[in-house]
Amino acid sequence: MSEHELVTRLRNGERRALARAISLVEHGGPVARAVMAAAYPYAQAHRVGITGPPGAGKSTLVTALAQEWRRRGVPVGIVAVDPSSPFSGGAVLGDRIRMQALGGDPGVFIRSMASRGRMGGLARATADAVTLIAAAGFPIVIIETVGAGQDEVDIAQTADTTIVVEVPGMGDDVQSIKAGMLEIADIFVVNKADRPGVDQTVRQLRTMLQLGGASADGWSPPVLTAVATTGEGCAQIVDAVEHHRQHLVRDGVHAGRTRLLAERELVAAVQELILERLRGQRWEELVSEIASRRRDPYAAASELLDG
Amino acid sequence: MERKIRVLVAKPGLDGHDRGAKVIARALRNAGMEVIYTGLQQTPQMIVEAALQEDVDVIGLSILSGAHMTLLPKVMQLLREQGMTDVLVVAGGIISDEDAEILKREHGIAEVFGPGSSTQAIIDFIRSNVQLTRG
Ligand code: B12
Ligand SMILES: Nc1nc2c(ncn2[C@@H]2O[C@H](COP(=O)(O)OP(=O)(O)O)[C@@H](O)[C@H]2O)c(=O)[nH]1
Ligand SMILES: [Mg+2]
Repeated sequence: MSEHELVTRLRNGERRALARAISLVEHGGPVARAVMAAAYPYAQAHRVGITGPPGAGKSTLVTALAQEWRRRGVPVGIVAVDPSSPFSGGAVLGDRIRMQALGGDPGVFIRSMASRGRMGGLARATADAVTLIAAAGFPIVIIETVGAGQDEVDIAQTADTTIVVEVPGMGDDVQSIKAGMLEIADIFVVNKADRPGVDQTVRQLRTMLQLGGASADGWSPPVLTAVATTGEGCAQIVDAVEHHRQHLVRDGVHAGRTRLLAERELVAAVQELILERLRGQRWEELVSEIASRRRDPYAAASELLDG
Repeated sequence: MERKIRVLVAKPGLDGHDRGAKVIARALRNAGMEVIYTGLQQTPQMIVEAALQEDVDVIGLSILSGAHMTLLPKVMQLLREQGMTDVLVVAGGIISDEDAEILKREHGIAEVFGPGSSTQAIIDFIRSNVQLTRG
């Protein structure tokens, strides 16, 4: 099957074609690029990123939000990223355990992804997988990051709306929210609002946001609460995502942001292609020379690029 | 780059024995495979739908409840209906030798691994029987 035929099929709603196409882009190389070229023009979706510490309830919240969009008649695609083991390169991807309630709905497509050595909370091919799901006709695509508790700022450059999930009971440890997370959040959700300490956490977050000042594009991130296990608060979160989407379009922020994302995609593609071309025997030799300090990396890079 | 083997590990039916499934999931991860673990109480429909969305090469079914002769053939039938006959299906748990024979011969389960099976034998079996050139 040609890449074009594959993309035609996935656009016609063939779920197996979509699943196969995602595997191809995950694998990378010329076939992946042909698939992306065929799908790219059709990928129109609002990309919603969900990040936050492990166990905060991201997967559960993704499920509850997807159910809310489904109640509103909107099909939802989901990409859930989990870490690869640095030792074996393998992974156990467990986000689907929490997403069982979405099973059997043809308006939902869920794909698990291993980070495959990439830091920053996403896999190399996450953005491409999202593009394919969008091209298959899902107007909302939710991306769940690894949630390593680190600064996972990559998501802000892949999603249109980024939701940062926290839980109550951070106590005085306001520092537990990394400054980077404050900057990337378009919406804050304090999940597990059935637990004590919600109001305090909400207040702390609002204070921190005020100290940070209004964001450059004139959007003040709302701080919402949720009980993901029951779906409480999810209608308000979906409303907030819709407001943010309107804000992006209305205030002309979108054009600038789209350009930023486009540039990032270009940078990633250039890196990938250059590395693919330069890797070879000479590459290996240079790595050995750098390792034994017989050559510095900049000289080696110039040799590879300038010949 | 070598293609990663993707495996769905699922527990069909109402069986709550999940130690074996978790042991297998971890062993396959440590062997470099990407394992999608879907948890307990999966219907055959849910299992096949997840396998399709995740584009897995292998499905591993863990069942200790005794309901394997109804649930596993159902999974195989749904896979055939979806045209997913190139996916390698292995099973484990409490399954008698006679039942295992029937599941293999009549329903297309590739192999059945009972209690005490070495995880290395399971890894080796998957590596030598998986089809990574699925079209
Ligand atoms: C531990 C255990 C429990 C624990 C389970 C804890 C848990 N979260 O898993 C508890 C106490 C909760 C429990 C409860 C029950 N149990 Co119980 N339990 C066992 C016991 C003693 C060991 C199972 C186990 O964990 N083994 C360790 C793991 C690592 O081994 P394994 O699962 O067999 O996995 C190996 C292989 O089978 C294979 N494998 C397994 N899955 C897969 C998947 C793939 C893809 C592959 C390739 C291989 C593979 O590889 C693994 C490594 O070798 C068995 C008896 C036995 N000796 O097997 C009874 C047993 C399974 N239970 C049994 C029963 C009846 C029950 C109960 C219904 C009531 C009862 N009598 O206690 C309840 C039902 C619970 C439920 N909701 O389903 C019966 C089942 C009878 C049957 N099927 O005909 C057994 C066989 C005991 C018996 N002889 O009667 N049980
Ligand atoms: N009490 C409570 N528990 C929740 C809530 N949301 C999720 N959980 C539980 O938190 C645990 C981790 O959830 P999960 O979605 O896997 O978190 P993730 O690691 O961030 O994806 C699970 O046991 C959930 O059932 C909530 O709103 N309230
Ligand atoms: Mg999760």
